[in-house]
Amino acid sequence: MIQLNANHLLYLLEAARWTVLLSLIAFLGGAVVGLPLALMRLSKVGLLRMLASGYIQLIQGTPLLIVLFLSYFGLGILGYKLIPLVAAGISLTLYAAAFLGEIWRGCIEAVPRTQWEASDCLGLNRFQQYAYVVLPQAVRIAIPPTVGFMVQIVKNTSLASVIGFVELSRAGQIVNNSTFEPFVIFSAVALIYFVLCYPLSVAARTLERKAHAGR
Amino acid sequence: MPAADAATDPIVRIENVVKDFGPLRVLDGVGFDVARGQTVAVVGRSGSGKSTLLRCIAGLETVQGGRIEVCGHEVGRPGSAARAQLRRDVGMVFQSYNLFPHLTVERNITLALTLVKKESKEAARKRAAEVLGLVGLTEKIRSYPEQLSGGQQQRVAIARSLALQPQVMLFDEVTSALDPELTSEVLAVMEDLARRGMTMISVTHEMGFARRVADLVVFMHQGKVWETGPTAELFANPRTAEFKQFVGSEL
Repeated sequence: MIQLNANHLLYLLEAARWTVLLSLIAFLGGAVVGLPLALMRLSKVGLLRMLASGYIQLIQGTPLLIVLFLSYFGLGILGYKLIPLVAAGISLTLYAAAFLGEIWRGCIEAVPRTQWEASDCLGLNRFQQYAYVVLPQAVRIAIPPTVGFMVQIVKNTSLASVIGFVELSRAGQIVNNSTFEPFVIFSAVALIYFVLCYPLSVAARTLERKAHAGR
Repeated sequence: MPAADAATDPIVRIENVVKDFGPLRVLDGVGFDVARGQTVAVVGRSGSGKSTLLRCIAGLETVQGGRIEVCGHEVGRPGSAARAQLRRDVGMVFQSYNLFPHLTVERNITLALTLVKKESKEAARKRAAEVLGLVGLTEKIRSYPEQLSGGQQQRVAIARSLALQPQVMLFDEVTSALDPELTSEVLAVMEDLARRGMTMISVTHEMGFARRVADLVVFMHQGKVWETGPTAELFANPRTAEFKQFVGSEL
């Protein structure tokens, strides 16, 4: 048995950087895929609406853990062996996109219909309506729930540990295996997650208050 | 076609328009013409179809029957190619102003000028200052909509439409959300427009405005044009019981 020491804590902190990186990948990937999904859900073309809502329902109705298994072990069997970071990045992107897409669709729909009508009457085409009138207003509405969802992403990166990706949770397990101090170690792990998430939660609440005060 | 005819040709032609919302028939064979420079007041109770008619003329609703022609473009049909052209010729002002809250007064006005009319920033700004002058709000050019009173917001909305130099202006109960004082400042702007020869169709509850400014009054009831005629004549001599009652209740 090895005595718990500062190096172990350093190891956890280093692993936390991977948690942060994976969170950023998930968020950025989720945003890049999620915005088109939101727009597709609102499209006038029925097929696009169907594809987007089918995708969203599929992902929202599937545990993230299973998506991770599929992209790592499943694709591996099929001959597409991905490294854990890539498999986890893809899975979390798929997951985040489905939720961000739905959150943002709601925010776009929250912009009054009359804003569409007014800009239509001024001759703006659909792209211009989105770019100059609707999305700028939707962004304001979207910031609090989006920041709130980032907290979920950070916590859900811990699932990547099951495919052997050494992020914060997996690092905690590794340290625990050699020191067997589960209470101390997992408390430290929890604390680091909290330090990552708490500012986001506070920001989400503050932004929400501001958004409501602006009305 | 001889030029003399073109001048007297109606600029808005509404023929036998039928509009359904599901099983509900809101417009049931509506028709009238508007000559260039005329001010038309469309009046009637809530639910008489007057706002729907205006939205059809603006191309915001499709119609199930009949035809609407504005400045020679047919509107109201789904996927009508004339729609883009219509947008250049028709301005619409709404009851709820519908300014863009995230943009300054100036940008509210210049947005369509730069995006749709492809004007330069400088030309658009000059035009914005010009139309704000027309509605008496030059000093508000840098303000945001929420910093203005309802009446001021509505005047900006009118200026925003005017900036595009439409041939016909549509007003949908534009003073209904305003208190009497603010109502009169908006009506003053509209009267000024009418004097300058703008063709206007105004759905309104302001009978005083209709009497003072309108050349033609259209009284709608149950989705039909129940009674119509030159303003003075119509108010002096109501023919139908419904219009008599309507005028009576307004006084």
